[in-house]
Amino acid sequence: MDTKERLKINKHIMPCQPPAVRSGNFKEVPYGYTAEEAVEEAKRCIQCKRPYCIEGCPVNINIPAFIKLIEEGDFLGAAKKIKETNSLPAVCGRVCPQEDQCEKVCTVGKRKDTPSVAIGNLERFAADYEAKYGDIHIEINHKKDKKIAVVGGGPAGLTVAGDLCKMGYSVSIYEALHEIGGVLMYGIPEFRLPKEILSRELKVLEDMGVNVFTNEVIGKTFNVDELLNERGYGAVFIGTGAGTPKFLNIPGEELNGIYSANEFLTRVNLMRAYNKSEYDTPIKCGKTLVVFGAGNTAMDAVRTALRLGYQDSRIFYRRSRNEMTARIEEVHHAEEEGIKFEFLINPIRFIGDENHNVTAVECERMELGEPDESGRRRPIPIKGSEFITKIDAAVIAIGTNVNPIVPSSTPGLNLNKRGYITADENTGKTSKKGVFAGGDIVTGAATVILAMGAGKKAAVAIDKYLETGVW
Amino acid sequence: MYQIIGKKNLGEGINLYNISAPDIALKAQPGQFIILRVNKNGERIPITIANSDKKDKTITILVQTLGKTTHLLSELNVGESLADLVGPLGVPTEIKKFGTVVCIGGGFGTAAIYPIAKAMKAEGNHVISIIGARSKELLLMEDEMKAASNEVFAATNDGSCGTKGIVTDVLRNLIYDKKILINRVIAIGPVIMMKAVSDLTKEKSIKTIVSLNPIMIDGTGMCGACRVLVGNKTKFACVDGPDFDGHLVDFDNLMNRLKFYKEEEKTSYDCHMKAHHNLTA
Repeated sequence: MDTKERLKINKHIMPCQPPAVRSGNFKEVPYGYTAEEAVEEAKRCIQCKRPYCIEGCPVNINIPAFIKLIEEGDFLGAAKKIKETNSLPAVCGRVCPQEDQCEKVCTVGKRKDTPSVAIGNLERFAADYEAKYGDIHIEINHKKDKKIAVVGGGPAGLTVAGDLCKMGYSVSIYEALHEIGGVLMYGIPEFRLPKEILSRELKVLEDMGVNVFTNEVIGKTFNVDELLNERGYGAVFIGTGAGTPKFLNIPGEELNGIYSANEFLTRVNLMRAYNKSEYDTPIKCGKTLVVFGAGNTAMDAVRTALRLGYQDSRIFYRRSRNEMTARIEEVHHAEEEGIKFEFLINPIRFIGDENHNVTAVECERMELGEPDESGRRRPIPIKGSEFITKIDAAVIAIGTNVNPIVPSSTPGLNLNKRGYITADENTGKTSKKGVFAGGDIVTGAATVILAMGAGKKAAVAIDKYLETGVW
Repeated sequence: MYQIIGKKNLGEGINLYNISAPDIALKAQPGQFIILRVNKNGERIPITIANSDKKDKTITILVQTLGKTTHLLSELNVGESLADLVGPLGVPTEIKKFGTVVCIGGGFGTAAIYPIAKAMKAEGNHVISIIGARSKELLLMEDEMKAASNEVFAATNDGSCGTKGIVTDVLRNLIYDKKILINRVIAIGPVIMMKAVSDLTKEKSIKTIVSLNPIMIDGTGMCGACRVLVGNKTKFACVDGPDFDGHLVDFDNLMNRLKFYKEEEKTSYDCHMKAHHNLTA
């Protein structure tokens, strides 16, 4: 097939549960490609001589190669190809913002009339196919005698662990919660990343030989120095994630029914509060819930609320549609499901009843002024525009601050002004010998795949450090 | 993992557990807590560490049966294990030589005040402890508290032991009648008690530390469920506390936040007990 023919094939949109149906359940939204659809979509890749997509991928998956294998019908081969560089393909195929990465720089997509190849959908297809039909044995090199401790079992830590294990090292993950996965487990909802799929990819890591210790809070149960000096780890990687939730700091925020996005999502995801008949952690339900914020976490929270039964679930955002940081796909899905988006609205205070439960929020309208330090136009309040909205609950999804536990218990670790760990961008090296860091604890809240990218680089640097002994 | 090594019923649905937890036992300091889950579908509940034994590698906790989770826990026997146990969490209580330290344990809070009294005495303070309960039978850890303190006073609602009244009656007597110069007060117990103690010591500006017990999930600063108002600022009890300056804590807010899931807790407990009775019947 020549390029011209390939470019004539229409993009295969992944079929989804209809909005009216899915808004009432926690099942995954897209169904995934059939084998035929995947092959057809794979044919749209023109196998560029210079594949920009690989550069656009934070973990540098050989995208044209795996897509070619799909086209040829070698689906297991495709999965194996992806797994050479990415330990969590079923996760990444679902939660990566491909439109900002591989698919953004896809040559096909750069043409006027042809959308990018659906790389994420194809990755997901290959990973799911393998889970169903295959049993890829990952080659583990001869065992090396050095041990590495990974602090935090989220995307960054899992990547470091997987890569170093493949290199032959003995790797142990120390996780504070009772399950590993980090934000993939506590933050991202079932309808976007089913726990079963996540558990499957986590199990592959454990089967490879990665040791997992849950219920261990590094900085409390042990500290980093003890891992290095007493427990015999040659290197420590810190990937403890984003940290403590930010609040709005407005009156009434302590009322009952006002959650941080982390609390709301942790109750529902990690603790499975949505499955009331089987799990014990409670969550309330009502009619109207407002989420403040417009990032991916805000979308996850508002769509979760809808599924819990909050029929009127809304986003209030103090900037405009253009400044939203959530993925377009998430916003699109949310709107399809009936989530209302209201822009240029800033909360001033929450109002409660005699039982201390929130009943309303007072907001003011905003207009956009000059760009601020983030480059986005700064919202400015419009005088006299205050109004009151009745609500049963609110979720604050405006970001996080650094979690103090590891930084404050690790002497010699340099921190930046905001308290995050200072680490070299290309190696993850910190100011403390033998200690590497990556992911949100370095960058502040970012994406799963960027954390994985940082983990990937750190794994290479840790290998080099342990091989040479040179810091 | 997390095996129950010892269990003792202390009456009124309160059980004492010794749990095998080598890593936690080694690190635990007074004022810290653990979070546990009884089973894989259970909720995470925070409980203060009443004692830790580095030699036996165990920790001691006291748990009162109040709802489904604590009932499930009460059904576990020696030899059985918890699904999850994590800790020691929270910032340890500030232990140093202050002079005269009054340690107040109300009801169940006595379990939490015990390691603090012990450490304060070891540090060379003159420790006066006040323990309170509804009646003599319900006073907890009286002998342990005697050993951990220089003086112990009891207060019971019915007067069956010590002063007839509440712990603040004893404290007021120490401050105003006996005119004892108190350098620090540490109070752990029901929120209403910690509030009353703080109100009383505020009159004389006696620095008072209280240990707060809000609803928690992760216990490591991630979720913000345990936020409390201290000096009108939002603090997270799990990583900033659980100890705070009692004169700055908004106790009413804490009491209100603790009530949020009462209805769900009751439904869950009733449902559980019904099934439990059907099963045992």
